[in-house]
Amino acid sequence: MSLLPFCQWLAGTPGSIALRESLYPYPLVESTHVLTLCVFLGLAVVWDLRLLGITLTTVPASVVKRRLGPWITGGFVLMVITGGLLFYAIPVRSYQSLWFRIKAATLVLAGLNAFVFHRGIDRRIDQWDRDAVPPRAARLAGVRSLILWSVVVVCGRMIAYNWFDCDKQPHTRVVNTLAGCVVPAEAAR
Amino acid sequence: MLPFFEWVSKTAVSQAISESSWAFAAIESVHLLGLAVIGGAVLVLDLRLLGLGLRDQPIERVARDAHPWLVSSLIVMLVTGALLFSSEPVKCYNSTPFWVKMWSLFFAMIFAFTVRRRVALAGEGQVKPVWLKVVGIVSLALWFGVGAGGRWIGFSA
Repeated sequence: MSLLPFCQWLAGTPGSIALRESLYPYPLVESTHVLTLCVFLGLAVVWDLRLLGITLTTVPASVVKRRLGPWITGGFVLMVITGGLLFYAIPVRSYQSLWFRIKAATLVLAGLNAFVFHRGIDRRIDQWDRDAVPPRAARLAGVRSLILWSVVVVCGRMIAYNWFDCDKQPHTRVVNTLAGCVVPAEAAR
Repeated sequence: MLPFFEWVSKTAVSQAISESSWAFAAIESVHLLGLAVIGGAVLVLDLRLLGLGLRDQPIERVARDAHPWLVSSLIVMLVTGALLFSSEPVKCYNSTPFWVKMWSLFFAMIFAFTVRRRVALAGEGQVKPVWLKVVGIVSLALWFGVGAGGRWIGFSA
Protein backbone atom coordinates (compact mmCIF):
# COMPACT_ATOMS: atom_id res chain seq x y z
CA MET A 1 0.00 0.00 0.00
CA SER A 2 1.45 3.31 -1.05
CA LEU A 3 0.74 6.44 0.94
CA LEU A 4 1.92 8.54 -2.00
CA PRO A 5 -1.58 9.62 -3.16
CA PHE A 6 -2.39 10.69 0.41
CA CYS A 7 0.88 12.67 0.63
CA GLN A 8 0.17 14.30 -2.73
CA TRP A 9 -3.29 15.28 -1.54
CA LEU A 10 -1.84 16.59 1.75
CA ALA A 11 0.73 18.69 -0.13
CA GLY A 12 -2.11 20.44 -1.96
CA THR A 13 -4.06 21.44 1.15
CA PRO A 14 -3.98 25.19 1.95
CA GLY A 15 -2.36 24.70 5.38
CA SER A 16 0.49 22.62 3.96
CA ILE A 17 1.14 25.16 1.18
CA ALA A 18 1.02 28.07 3.63
CA LEU A 19 3.49 26.48 6.04
CA ARG A 20 5.82 25.35 3.24
CA GLU A 21 5.95 28.80 1.68
CA SER A 22 6.04 30.77 4.95
CA LEU A 23 8.98 33.04 5.70
CA TYR A 24 9.17 32.53 9.48
CA PRO A 25 6.76 29.82 10.72
CA TYR A 26 8.58 26.98 8.94
CA PRO A 27 12.07 27.87 10.24
CA LEU A 28 10.55 28.47 13.69
CA VAL A 29 8.94 25.01 13.71
CA GLU A 30 12.20 23.47 12.53
CA SER A 31 14.23 25.32 15.18
CA THR A 32 11.81 24.21 17.87
CA HIS A 33 12.16 20.64 16.60
CA VAL A 34 15.96 20.83 16.81
CA LEU A 35 16.24 22.64 20.15
CA THR A 36 13.63 20.43 21.83
CA LEU A 37 16.17 17.69 21.17
CA CYS A 38 18.01 19.06 24.21
CA VAL A 39 14.98 18.53 26.43
CA PHE A 40 13.79 15.21 25.07
CA LEU A 41 16.98 13.44 24.04
CA GLY A 42 19.28 15.32 26.42
CA LEU A 43 17.33 14.11 29.44
CA ALA A 44 16.65 10.70 27.87
CA VAL A 45 20.43 10.33 27.57
CA VAL A 46 20.78 11.16 31.28
CA TRP A 47 18.21 8.43 32.01
CA ASP A 48 19.92 5.93 29.67
CA LEU A 49 23.28 6.65 31.31
CA ARG A 50 21.69 6.03 34.72
CA LEU A 51 20.44 2.68 33.38
CA LEU A 52 24.00 1.93 32.31
CA GLY A 53 25.29 2.79 35.77
CA ILE A 54 27.46 5.58 34.41
CA THR A 55 25.95 8.72 35.90
CA LEU A 56 23.84 9.71 38.95
CA THR A 57 24.72 6.29 40.38
CA THR A 58 23.94 7.38 43.95
CA VAL A 59 20.44 8.50 42.96
CA PRO A 60 17.82 5.70 42.98
CA ALA A 61 16.79 4.80 39.41
CA SER A 62 13.12 5.29 40.28
CA VAL A 63 13.84 8.87 41.41
CA VAL A 64 15.60 9.73 38.14
CA LYS A 65 12.69 8.17 36.26
CA ARG A 66 10.01 9.96 38.26
CA ARG A 67 11.70 13.38 38.16
CA LEU A 68 12.99 13.40 34.59
CA GLY A 69 10.20 11.28 33.07
CA PRO A 70 7.69 14.12 32.69
CA TRP A 71 10.32 16.32 30.99
CA ILE A 72 11.29 13.51 28.62
CA THR A 73 7.64 12.82 27.81
CA GLY A 74 6.84 16.52 27.39
CA GLY A 75 9.85 16.99 25.13
CA PHE A 76 8.81 13.95 23.11
CA VAL A 77 5.29 15.30 22.61
CA LEU A 78 6.74 18.59 21.35
CA MET A 79 9.08 16.65 19.04
CA VAL A 80 6.14 14.72 17.58
CA ILE A 81 4.03 17.87 17.10
CA THR A 82 6.80 19.88 15.43
CA GLY A 83 7.97 16.84 13.46
CA GLY A 84 4.38 16.25 12.32
CA LEU A 85 4.16 19.88 11.18
CA LEU A 86 7.42 19.55 9.24
CA PHE A 87 6.03 16.47 7.47
CA TYR A 88 2.73 18.29 6.88
CA ALA A 89 4.63 21.13 5.15
CA ILE A 90 6.67 18.84 2.89
CA PRO A 91 4.81 15.50 2.67
CA VAL A 92 5.78 14.06 -0.73
CA ARG A 93 9.52 14.68 -0.54
CA SER A 94 9.59 13.39 3.06
CA TYR A 95 7.61 10.28 2.19
CA GLN A 96 9.98 9.53 -0.69
CA SER A 97 13.10 10.27 1.35
CA LEU A 98 15.35 7.33 2.12
CA TRP A 99 16.50 9.06 5.31
CA PHE A 100 12.98 9.81 6.45
CA ARG A 101 12.05 6.16 5.96
CA ILE A 102 15.05 4.88 7.93
CA LYS A 103 14.24 7.43 10.64
CA ALA A 104 10.59 6.31 10.80
CA ALA A 105 11.57 2.64 11.00
CA THR A 106 14.15 3.38 13.71
CA LEU A 107 11.55 5.36 15.67
CA VAL A 108 9.38 2.23 15.71
CA LEU A 109 12.34 0.19 17.02
CA ALA A 110 13.04 2.82 19.70
CA GLY A 111 9.38 2.67 20.73
CA LEU A 112 9.57 -1.12 20.85
CA ASN A 113 12.68 -0.94 23.02
CA ALA A 114 10.91 1.40 25.47
CA PHE A 115 7.88 -0.92 25.49
CA VAL A 116 10.02 -3.99 26.24
CA PHE A 117 11.78 -2.09 29.05
CA HIS A 118 8.51 -0.97 30.66
CA ARG A 119 6.94 -4.41 30.37
CA GLY A 120 10.03 -6.16 31.65
CA ILE A 121 12.81 -5.09 33.98
CA ASP A 122 11.12 -1.74 34.78
CA ARG A 123 8.35 -3.62 36.62
CA ARG A 124 10.91 -4.92 39.10
CA ILE A 125 12.63 -1.54 39.52
CA ASP A 126 12.20 -1.68 43.30
CA GLN A 127 14.56 -4.69 43.32
CA TRP A 128 17.42 -2.78 41.67
CA ASP A 129 16.46 0.78 42.49
CA ARG A 130 19.58 1.56 44.50
CA ASP A 131 22.04 -0.53 42.51
CA ALA A 132 24.78 1.70 41.12
CA VAL A 133 24.85 -0.57 38.06
CA PRO A 134 21.36 -1.86 37.14
CA PRO A 135 20.79 -5.44 35.90
CA ARG A 136 21.77 -6.52 32.41
CA ALA A 137 18.27 -6.15 30.91
CA ALA A 138 18.12 -2.50 32.01
CA ARG A 139 21.64 -1.78 30.73
CA LEU A 140 20.76 -3.36 27.37
CA ALA A 141 17.66 -1.18 27.12
CA GLY A 142 19.86 1.85 27.79
CA VAL A 143 22.44 0.94 25.14
CA ARG A 144 19.76 0.16 22.55
CA SER A 145 18.06 3.46 23.28
CA LEU A 146 21.29 5.44 22.85
CA ILE A 147 22.09 3.72 19.54
CA LEU A 148 18.56 3.92 18.11
CA TRP A 149 18.07 7.58 19.00
CA SER A 150 21.47 8.45 17.53
CA VAL A 151 20.35 6.87 14.25
CA VAL A 152 17.10 8.83 14.43
CA VAL A 153 18.98 12.12 14.94
CA VAL A 154 21.51 11.53 12.15
CA CYS A 155 18.85 10.37 9.66
CA GLY A 156 16.70 13.36 10.63
CA ARG A 157 19.54 15.72 9.82
CA MET A 158 20.26 13.90 6.53
CA ILE A 159 16.69 14.43 5.26
CA ALA A 160 17.85 17.95 4.39
CA TYR A 161 20.34 16.58 1.84
CA ASN A 162 19.08 15.62 -1.62
CA TRP A 163 21.59 12.87 -2.48
CA PHE A 164 18.90 10.21 -2.81
CA ASP A 165 15.94 12.39 -3.86
CA CYS A 166 13.65 10.76 -6.41
CA ASP A 167 14.00 13.66 -8.86
CA LYS A 168 17.77 13.25 -8.84
CA GLN A 169 18.04 10.14 -11.03
CA PRO A 170 19.74 7.89 -11.83
CA HIS A 171 19.86 5.94 -8.56
CA THR A 172 20.46 2.26 -8.08
CA ARG A 173 17.36 0.10 -8.03
CA VAL A 174 17.86 -0.55 -4.31
CA VAL A 175 17.71 3.18 -3.54
CA ASN A 176 14.66 3.70 -5.73
CA THR A 177 12.86 0.76 -4.14
CA LEU A 178 13.67 1.78 -0.57
CA ALA A 179 12.81 5.44 -1.18
CA GLY A 180 9.63 4.51 -3.04
CA CYS A 181 10.58 6.46 -6.14
CA VAL A 182 8.27 6.05 -9.10
CA VAL A 183 10.62 5.81 -12.08
CA PRO A 184 10.23 4.60 -15.65
CA ALA A 185 12.26 1.41 -16.11
CA GLU A 186 14.83 2.97 -18.44
CA ALA A 187 15.58 5.89 -16.08
CA ALA A 188 16.75 3.60 -13.27
CA ARG A 189 20.34 2.51 -13.52
CA MET B 1 39.05 40.42 11.60
CA LEU B 2 37.95 39.61 8.05
CA PRO B 3 41.51 38.75 6.89
CA PHE B 4 41.58 35.96 9.49
CA PHE B 5 38.28 34.55 8.21
CA GLU B 6 39.57 34.72 4.65
CA TRP B 7 42.77 32.98 5.68
CA VAL B 8 40.75 30.17 7.32
CA SER B 9 38.84 29.66 4.07
CA LYS B 10 42.15 28.99 2.29
CA THR B 11 43.41 26.32 4.70
CA ALA B 12 43.58 22.69 3.62
CA VAL B 13 40.93 21.63 6.18
CA SER B 14 38.49 24.24 4.91
CA GLN B 15 39.00 23.25 1.29
CA ALA B 16 38.70 19.55 2.04
CA ILE B 17 35.40 19.92 3.91
CA SER B 18 33.79 22.29 1.43
CA GLU B 19 34.82 20.19 -1.55
CA SER B 20 33.58 16.93 -0.04
CA SER B 21 29.96 16.04 -0.71
CA TRP B 22 29.47 14.34 2.64
CA ALA B 23 32.06 15.72 5.13
CA PHE B 24 29.94 18.71 6.21
CA ALA B 25 26.90 16.48 6.73
CA ALA B 26 28.92 13.95 8.73
CA ILE B 27 30.48 16.60 11.01
CA GLU B 28 27.09 18.24 11.40
CA SER B 29 25.65 14.92 12.58
CA VAL B 30 28.26 14.59 15.32
CA HIS B 31 27.63 18.24 16.25
CA LEU B 32 23.92 17.44 16.59
CA LEU B 33 24.52 14.32 18.70
CA GLY B 34 26.76 16.44 20.92
CA LEU B 35 23.90 18.94 21.19
CA ALA B 36 21.71 16.31 22.81
CA VAL B 37 24.37 15.42 25.38
CA ILE B 38 25.31 19.01 26.22
CA GLY B 39 21.60 19.83 26.35
CA GLY B 40 21.06 17.10 28.93
CA ALA B 41 24.13 18.07 30.97
CA VAL B 42 23.08 21.75 31.07
CA LEU B 43 19.37 21.11 31.62
CA VAL B 44 19.66 18.57 34.40
CA LEU B 45 21.51 21.10 36.58
CA ASP B 46 19.60 24.22 35.49
CA LEU B 47 16.28 22.50 36.16
CA ARG B 48 17.59 21.52 39.60
CA LEU B 49 18.65 25.12 40.28
CA LEU B 50 15.11 26.17 39.38
CA GLY B 51 13.71 23.59 41.83
CA LEU B 52 12.55 21.31 39.02
CA GLY B 53 13.68 17.92 37.73
CA LEU B 54 15.86 16.11 40.30
CA ARG B 55 14.62 18.47 43.02
CA ASP B 56 14.99 16.01 45.91
CA GLN B 57 18.73 15.58 45.25
CA PRO B 58 21.42 17.93 46.60
CA ILE B 59 22.39 20.51 43.95
CA GLU B 60 26.04 19.72 44.57
CA ARG B 61 25.53 16.05 43.67
CA VAL B 62 23.72 16.88 40.42
CA ALA B 63 26.45 19.43 39.57
CA ARG B 64 29.25 16.93 40.19
CA ASP B 65 27.58 14.22 38.11
CA ALA B 66 26.71 16.54 35.22
CA HIS B 67 30.10 18.29 35.05
CA PRO B 68 32.18 15.67 33.19
CA TRP B 69 29.40 15.34 30.60
CA LEU B 70 29.26 19.09 30.15
CA VAL B 71 33.03 19.32 29.66
CA SER B 72 33.34 16.36 27.29
CA SER B 73 30.31 17.27 25.18
CA LEU B 74 31.52 20.89 25.05
CA ILE B 75 34.85 19.69 23.67
CA VAL B 76 33.05 17.67 20.98
CA MET B 77 30.91 20.70 20.14
CA LEU B 78 33.90 23.05 19.94
CA VAL B 79 35.91 20.71 17.71
CA THR B 80 33.04 19.86 15.32
CA GLY B 81 31.82 23.47 15.42
CA ALA B 82 35.28 24.76 14.48
CA LEU B 83 35.39 22.32 11.55
CA LEU B 84 31.95 23.41 10.34
CA PHE B 85 33.01 27.03 10.68
CA SER B 86 36.25 26.40 8.80
CA SER B 87 34.33 25.22 5.73
CA GLU B 88 32.49 28.53 5.31
CA PRO B 89 34.18 31.25 7.38
CA VAL B 90 33.32 34.20 5.15
CA LYS B 91 29.63 33.26 5.15
CA CYS B 92 29.81 33.13 8.96
CA TYR B 93 31.56 36.49 9.10
CA ASN B 94 28.61 38.08 7.31
CA SER B 95 26.00 36.21 9.35
CA THR B 96 24.34 38.00 12.30
CA PRO B 97 23.14 34.69 13.85
CA PHE B 98 26.75 33.48 13.83
CA TRP B 99 27.88 36.43 15.94
CA VAL B 100 24.88 36.06 18.25
CA LYS B 101 25.93 32.45 18.70
CA MET B 102 29.61 33.24 19.33
CA TRP B 103 28.92 35.96 21.92
CA SER B 104 26.30 33.78 23.64
CA LEU B 105 28.80 30.92 23.67
CA PHE B 106 31.54 33.16 25.09
CA PHE B 107 29.34 34.30 27.99
CA ALA B 108 27.69 30.88 28.47
CA MET B 109 31.08 29.19 28.92
CA ILE B 110 32.41 31.84 31.28
CA PHE B 111 29.20 31.73 33.28
CA ALA B 112 29.14 27.90 33.40
CA PHE B 113 32.68 27.58 34.74
CA THR B 114 32.61 30.51 37.19
CA VAL B 115 29.35 31.73 38.75
CA ARG B 116 27.17 28.71 37.96
CA ARG B 117 29.75 26.16 39.08
CA ARG B 118 30.54 27.96 42.32
CA VAL B 119 26.90 28.50 43.17
CA ALA B 120 26.03 24.87 42.40
CA LEU B 121 28.91 23.46 44.45
CA ALA B 122 28.18 25.79 47.37
CA GLY B 123 24.72 24.23 47.60
CA GLU B 124 21.44 25.40 49.03
CA GLY B 125 22.63 26.50 52.45
CA GLN B 126 25.10 29.08 51.17
CA VAL B 127 23.06 30.78 48.47
CA LYS B 128 19.61 32.35 48.67
CA PRO B 129 17.02 30.28 46.73
CA VAL B 130 16.18 33.24 44.50
CA TRP B 131 19.82 33.44 43.34
CA LEU B 132 19.84 29.75 42.50
CA LYS B 133 16.88 30.41 40.22
CA VAL B 134 18.51 33.48 38.68
CA VAL B 135 21.64 31.44 37.87
CA GLY B 136 19.51 28.69 36.32
CA ILE B 137 17.57 31.14 34.15
CA VAL B 138 20.67 33.08 33.02
CA SER B 139 22.37 29.79 32.09
CA LEU B 140 19.34 28.56 30.12
CA ALA B 141 19.02 31.92 28.34
CA LEU B 142 22.70 31.99 27.34
CA TRP B 143 22.71 28.39 26.04
CA PHE B 144 19.43 29.02 24.25
CA GLY B 145 21.15 31.91 22.45
CA VAL B 146 23.90 29.53 21.38
CA GLY B 147 21.48 26.91 20.06
CA ALA B 148 19.00 29.27 18.40
CA GLY B 149 21.80 31.34 16.84
CA GLY B 150 23.40 28.15 15.57
CA ARG B 151 20.24 26.86 13.96
CA TRP B 152 19.60 30.28 12.39
CA ILE B 153 23.01 30.40 10.66
CA GLY B 154 21.61 27.85 8.22
CA PHE B 155 18.49 29.91 7.45
CA SER B 156 20.31 33.16 6.65
CA ALA B 157 22.26 31.94 3.66
